[in-house]
Amino acid sequence: MSLEVQIEKKLPEFTLDVSFTADSTPLSILGPSGAGKTMLLRSIAGLERGARGRIALNGRALLDTENRVLVPARSRRIGILFQQFALFPHRTVAENICFGLQKLPRDQQARRLADVLERTHISGLGERYPRQLSGGEQQRVALARALAVEPEALLLDEPLSALDSHLRSQMEMQLQETFLAYRRPALLVTHNIEEAYRLSEQILVLSRGRVAALGAKDAIFRRPGSLEVARLTGCKNFSRARAISEHVVEALDWGCQLRVAQSLAGPVAHVGIRAHQLDFVEAGTEQENVFPCRLVRSAETPFRITLYLCLDRAPGESGEIPRVDLQAEVFKEKWQRFRDQPLPWHLRLAPESLFVMPD
Amino acid sequence: MPMAPTALAAQIAFDTPMDWSPLWISLETSFTATLVTLVAGLAAAVWRERHTGPAMAFVDGICLLPLVLPPTVVGFFLLLLFGHNGPLGKLLLRLGATVVFSWPATVIAASVVAFPLMYLTARAALEQVDSRYLEAARTLGASEWRVFWGVALPLAWPGVLAGTILAFARALGEFGATLMLAGNIPGKTATIPIAIYFAVEADDVQRAVGWCLADVAISLALLGGLYYWTHAHGRARWDRH
Repeated sequence: MSLEVQIEKKLPEFTLDVSFTADSTPLSILGPSGAGKTMLLRSIAGLERGARGRIALNGRALLDTENRVLVPARSRRIGILFQQFALFPHRTVAENICFGLQKLPRDQQARRLADVLERTHISGLGERYPRQLSGGEQQRVALARALAVEPEALLLDEPLSALDSHLRSQMEMQLQETFLAYRRPALLVTHNIEEAYRLSEQILVLSRGRVAALGAKDAIFRRPGSLEVARLTGCKNFSRARAISEHVVEALDWGCQLRVAQSLAGPVAHVGIRAHQLDFVEAGTEQENVFPCRLVRSAETPFRITLYLCLDRAPGESGEIPRVDLQAEVFKEKWQRFRDQPLPWHLRLAPESLFVMPD
Repeated sequence: MPMAPTALAAQIAFDTPMDWSPLWISLETSFTATLVTLVAGLAAAVWRERHTGPAMAFVDGICLLPLVLPPTVVGFFLLLLFGHNGPLGKLLLRLGATVVFSWPATVIAASVVAFPLMYLTARAALEQVDSRYLEAARTLGASEWRVFWGVALPLAWPGVLAGTILAFARALGEFGATLMLAGNIPGKTATIPIAIYFAVEADDVQRAVGWCLADVAISLALLGGLYYWTHAHGRARWDRH
């Protein structure tokens, strides 16, 4: 099972130029608004004209500009889930789901219907009209409708972003469950990093129409290949950097030397670390990459706190407003333990958590 | 001794036997023309929705012309087209049919004049259908035919229906083009508006007033029905809470 995509499409601001292959594990397409994510999905589904290149689903060409192949959306066997559900308002839930099953005999339609209703946990809702349902239920119906025709690939265009947070997490569980059973190529467009990480194995980072990164999610989050990918995957701490030796860089903005686990074979321009990987240690701990720091300000969320920190470069220097060098994110329980300790605190930038970027 | 109203009516009816034919001709013509307009207007609107380009401004212009031109001008053009020397007239003559001054002429005149209203409202109604519904239908394997009949038209239906009623009203009131193309042949092409015109011409005020009242009654019934349909029954079952 595979979906091969290699397309080019001119957009007003830039050219969408993307190639990747998705296997039967879910692939998240992550990127800022306007990166071309939705356009990419619509081109694969055959809903946009003007894409050039090649798209093949399980070896069947859906688009092949060279050989003048252009399969219309109705024959692509690709299911799509829209952000705004797009349920037919004039049809009941059951009629919506059976819309794509016209060619099946009645009894098979009924079986499929019962099956997908159960798989999406909406068995009692068959006779309702879409506007009588909550957003979460509507998206479940849309999912059931897409699954009913047994598509060879499933495309999801920000399927959770129209839902409030409670329904969102429920629907996310639903998607997880669906993906586990589905085992065919599934592309999930999102700009929510955590959603992408939780729901997929592979991640494609799209930026201004180009593939900025593509690969296993762990690899991308642990070692983003560029500054852009680091930013787009939610990294907050960067410093310009210069290689000193094979495993030591000088962080120019932070004014310190750092040992990194990664081998510095290629060019080094920046060094970065994720906010939740910063660690606080006891004073006098004999470890590498430990620096005294002061708290500049903080921001709380219900369970976590973000600490904006300034490294102590020259002790005794005071008076001016300290610049924020790094931000750390810690659970509040942990913070309770060291919040009353006297400043400076001691911050550890673990060598294995640091990553360098060539640009 | 003053007569009771019913007796008066009976007296009038007795004096001049009431010719009801304009009513039936008007209704038959309007219904037929509405049907023709519904099909043609909808087809044109669908076709137009799928085509863009500079030539389309010209198409739009032609489609809307009967709305802008005086009906007599429309009627005159139709007369040129369907007359014995006109291109369509010659063609029909070869098939042994004459359109001018026949009942079909009333239908043609009313259809042409009502067409722009149907075309405009149908286009607006179809354009308002959210394209995501159509896209969802396509990804579910629906042909363009099914996308139209199963999704686009049902969702555009309230607008299309409003256009149909407008077209019917326009067809019912059609006078100028009908007179040019179909003339005034009692029992054959004389519709209510034409009967009124010739009654006034012949100084038969009573008859003119009678037909005017009939026209008012039909129009009110139509508008009342429209109001009832859109306010009480109009919202489709799926559109109600």
